[in-house]
Amino acid sequence: MKRITAPLDQDTIDDLEAGDEVLITGTLYTMRDAAHARVVELINKRSKLPFDLANQVIYYCGPTPAKEGNVIGSCGPTTSSRMDIFTAILLQNGLKGMIGKGERSLAVKEAIKKNKAVYFSAMGGLGAEYARAVTKSEVIAFPELGPEAIYKLEVEDFYAIVIDDSKGNDLFVINQIN
Amino acid sequence: MREISCKKITDIVAQLVVDANHYLPYDVITAVKEAAEREDDKKAKTILYKITDNYKIAKKGTYPLCQDTGIAVVFLEVGADVKVDGDIYKAINNGVELGYEKGYLRKSMADPLTRENTGTNTPAIIHTKLVKGPNIKISIMAKGGGAENKSALKMLNPSDGIDGIKNFVMETVKKAGASACPPFIIGVGIGGNMETCALLAKMSLLRELDDFNRNDKNAARLESQLLKDINTMNIGPLGFGGQTTALAVKVETRPCHIASLPVAVNIQCHSARHKTFTI
Repeated sequence: MKRITAPLDQDTIDDLEAGDEVLITGTLYTMRDAAHARVVELINKRSKLPFDLANQVIYYCGPTPAKEGNVIGSCGPTTSSRMDIFTAILLQNGLKGMIGKGERSLAVKEAIKKNKAVYFSAMGGLGAEYARAVTKSEVIAFPELGPEAIYKLEVEDFYAIVIDDSKGNDLFVINQIN
Repeated sequence: MREISCKKITDIVAQLVVDANHYLPYDVITAVKEAAEREDDKKAKTILYKITDNYKIAKKGTYPLCQDTGIAVVFLEVGADVKVDGDIYKAINNGVELGYEKGYLRKSMADPLTRENTGTNTPAIIHTKLVKGPNIKISIMAKGGGAENKSALKMLNPSDGIDGIKNFVMETVKKAGASACPPFIIGVGIGGNMETCALLAKMSLLRELDDFNRNDKNAARLESQLLKDINTMNIGPLGFGGQTTALAVKVETRPCHIASLPVAVNIQCHSARHKTFTI
């Protein structure tokens, strides 16, 4: 189990290999379909983004509302492939990590390799457990999108598995070959 | 005529949606535990036990099982001897809205074109059957988007036969992969027409996991053959490999047009959430 921090530094990324289990401590920004569309539009218009993408890790997640006194509701991953179409441009603009679930397209895997980034899978359907890893949660953009808003999360020991590393290895492909 | 109030229906539906999102059906959690015990693959075993750990947290009532608390799919059986004191569909939708709001569940319904969230997790999807008797039976499924997105329907040719059906099911499961959160429960509808086979596939997901199709022995045979074949695909829990890709396969059949062979595959993720109540 590797303990890493987010935002990511390049040495950490280069050290990670497909199949590595990690515990992430630091900052994650949630972004789903609608937020991706808006952020990419802002990039294309050369407008200011809700947060600086450089070295950041985004989490494909739309949490349930937090009960009073709690930081966040259930917050497991959503399917990453829906965001494939937006990914290359985010990586070109400094994004370094993504957490979601499921396979990525060939184009995304190539962009991950080209930009020396990394893609992790969180554990799908274990949303109740993941709530415990979040110590702080704040909506920082697009509150009108409800669960699809951009949440800035502080996490501690957030469990994930490296699927696509910066060298072009893919855990799902490796498993199939074996 | 037995009268049932809309208010009663609303309150019951509101409770059902909350319960469905916190408590896995007994047969589902049992199947996951048994699969964990059977699994040879260490990673697969661990993931299956993590599913049971997640359940232990969710059933305390604070955090739903999954952040995708699903759209509300409602199966209604209305007895001929019942009179409801108003619009039953409105009562159900009010119940869904109330439950999703008071229960801290996620609002996950949007206009398909503008993508604007409806804010209430309504409209619920309601399937109604008229039956005999003085009761109303309400079954609610909290159906997430992930596995639903990997579901599929195909109008096969009669000549495609059983092998064609099996290939289509296997192909659909393969395309679903990790994204749909295996281990799956696979609902298969065969026959009817385009909308019927889809509904059959969805309804089959309400069946007990360890039952078999007692009405159609060919369907029952297909259920066990498909389960066996799917579990050799090595997709495994959450797509990380192993012999537990599916917990069950449920097949429902109906007569169809002599020129058709409609087949629908509705995938249910491991968080198979549904609750039934008879008023």
